[in-house]
Amino acid sequence: MDPGKNQSLFKDKPIKILLAKPGIDGHDRGILVLAKAFRDAGMEVIYVGLLPTPEEVVDTAINEDVDVVALSLLNGAHMTVFKKVADLMREKGVRDIAIVGGGTIPDADKPKLEKLGITGNYGPGTPIAEIINHITERAAEIRKLKATGE
Amino acid sequence: MVNDSKSYWSSKLLALREQNSVNNRAYEEWKKKTLEPWNGGNSSGGREFVNSSGISLKEVYTPDDIPKDTDRRLLGMPGEYPFTRGVYPNMYRGRRWTMRMFSGFGTPEDTNRRLKYLIKHGESGLSIAFDMPTLYGFDCDNTRADGEIGKCGVNVSSLRDMEVIFKGIDLSQVSTSMTINAPAAILTAMYIAVGKKKNIPVADLAGTVQADILKEYIAQKEWIYPPEAHLRLIRDMMVYCTENMPKWNYISISGYHIREAGSSAVQELAFTLADGFHYVEMGQAAGLDVDDFAPRLSFFFNSSINFFEEIAKMRAARRIWATVLREKYGVKKTRSLLLRFHTQTSGYTLTWQQPLNNIVRTTIEGMAAVLGGTQSLHTNSYDEAWALPSEDAVKIALRTQQIISEETGIPDVIDPLGGSYYVEWLTNKLEEEAYRYFEEIERMGGILEAVKAGYLQKEIAATSYRRQIRLEEGKEVMVGVNKNVEEGEQPISILRISKKAQKQQLDRLKEVKSDRNEKKVIEALDDLEKAMRKENENTMPYILKAVEAYATLEEISNVGRKVFGSWKEPVIV
Repeated sequence: MDPGKNQSLFKDKPIKILLAKPGIDGHDRGILVLAKAFRDAGMEVIYVGLLPTPEEVVDTAINEDVDVVALSLLNGAHMTVFKKVADLMREKGVRDIAIVGGGTIPDADKPKLEKLGITGNYGPGTPIAEIINHITERAAEIRKLKATGE
Repeated sequence: MVNDSKSYWSSKLLALREQNSVNNRAYEEWKKKTLEPWNGGNSSGGREFVNSSGISLKEVYTPDDIPKDTDRRLLGMPGEYPFTRGVYPNMYRGRRWTMRMFSGFGTPEDTNRRLKYLIKHGESGLSIAFDMPTLYGFDCDNTRADGEIGKCGVNVSSLRDMEVIFKGIDLSQVSTSMTINAPAAILTAMYIAVGKKKNIPVADLAGTVQADILKEYIAQKEWIYPPEAHLRLIRDMMVYCTENMPKWNYISISGYHIREAGSSAVQELAFTLADGFHYVEMGQAAGLDVDDFAPRLSFFFNSSINFFEEIAKMRAARRIWATVLREKYGVKKTRSLLLRFHTQTSGYTLTWQQPLNNIVRTTIEGMAAVLGGTQSLHTNSYDEAWALPSEDAVKIALRTQQIISEETGIPDVIDPLGGSYYVEWLTNKLEEEAYRYFEEIERMGGILEAVKAGYLQKEIAATSYRRQIRLEEGKEVMVGVNKNVEEGEQPISILRISKKAQKQQLDRLKEVKSDRNEKKVIEALDDLEKAMRKENENTMPYILKAVEAYATLEEISNVGRKVFGSWKEPVIV
């Protein structure tokens, strides 16, 4: 896709994204690289460090009014922990925050995560540009929703 | 003469810079006369040749690139100072490296079966991986642990789980390595307790716990308390094991995770050794004689994909360790100067795409480890970018080592690359760069201060980011990822950990809690708390008592959380 077409949506206010590793997982190489890359791409990045609970992730996302929450896990617990984040969002009635995922996620799990509204779900070796495009797309949806829905 | 106002590190660095300054005249002449006309006037052919450590490489190395007295002063013979060529005089002719495959997943029963499978296929040492909740000191019934039980390793919530893992395995005949850091003292105590139940004297238990907490703050990030508290508990374990467990290696100073977190080879080398020096100072401060404990310190390095750089790194590590222990810490006995190490091939270099290619990568990395003189080796399985390895994949990885060992002739001659102009030059260069970091760390007030300030973490993150950008730009290549890409790859079959593991662990923990004598548990935990509050009391006997009363991993860890608090990492991005 062409990231240029959504540019006007973010002109005054860059994409605001929360990066989080909910659950118990210290593998932070990937998320630290992405934090820098997203910042270099002009996004406003919040990274809360290791070991936040799903509750803390959702609360931070709401309080910071982010466009996107990007979840990363490399410990195999994504089906439980990502789902908890998505469920909490739904329980709190949050519809204007997109959730994207990444990590070591087997192909078979991806459709199940998509069904929960968690998209992307990129594995190792994905080009950063592809991830940024996807986030930009999701953030654009959110901005449009905010502009019309509220 | 050494200038007194200069530190040890600064003087060494100066000396190494002097030693490594190269007379390039013959090379420059060759380049002009032969190479450039061949390349049509362009000396490099337009490409940039640089290794992971950011060191630029020439086309060729010659005797001019290494000091004249390299043989005598920098190498020595195998088993002789400074041990560049190997720690033992006979190396693999005497004894092959230990083939130690890291395993552990699911329930203690699953792991017990996998260990027996590996023993049956010729593995010579056990190595246990624990799941994330265990590594962070949480029990399986903590809500945070939901979905994580048994996923990255085996779950251990109480002594009962350890009893199952080692069921039917004779602990007097095996050596066991446990990859555990923050709760290392607790798992060591559990191992002692399992041994006691099998009537094996504590002095006969052989093995290693990782217990390298500094690299947890630097790279692996599996900590519980602030650094000072963990270091104190490790000190207690060092003292206890020095006195009671002659076959127990109580710290495995690890570069592996530093590298996996994104560092370069030289950062891995420098940060790991700097951690090692800190443990030496800690042992001395605890009143131990360095010759009593230095032989128990072992190392753990990564073998990544840049073949010669890895070999040079391992050779440099041996020389630096021996030199610094002798010159700076006054070590007398030869045994204390030996840097013995375990190696694991690099997980980061494995690709999700075209996974069978990973067998080739692991083979090359395994060869580098053997050429680098490793004492034990874990070879990764080809499916590990996807998940924990399946049984078939593990078997191929083990067979890879067996082929290197039995068929290739590689282990027949010690340090066969010694004397290569390139490898010697690179060994010297990595050594020099490591001292540059030692000096920098000293300037920051020592490794502990550097870690707390996030300095090492930032250095690693910067290297990792640079590498990622180079990949994105195609300046570095991963076959199947950013070159030779195939469309429509089919997923491979992988090991899945069923939810049953969690259920089974929860049931067992419930059973343990209802079977145990609650009064004894409370008493043991109270005593432990009192011991923790007294800086000079050794906590190890109290931890052992708590473990034997079936206090759980989390209950014991919580005593520390109460006394020492939890760690909050410095912000680095």
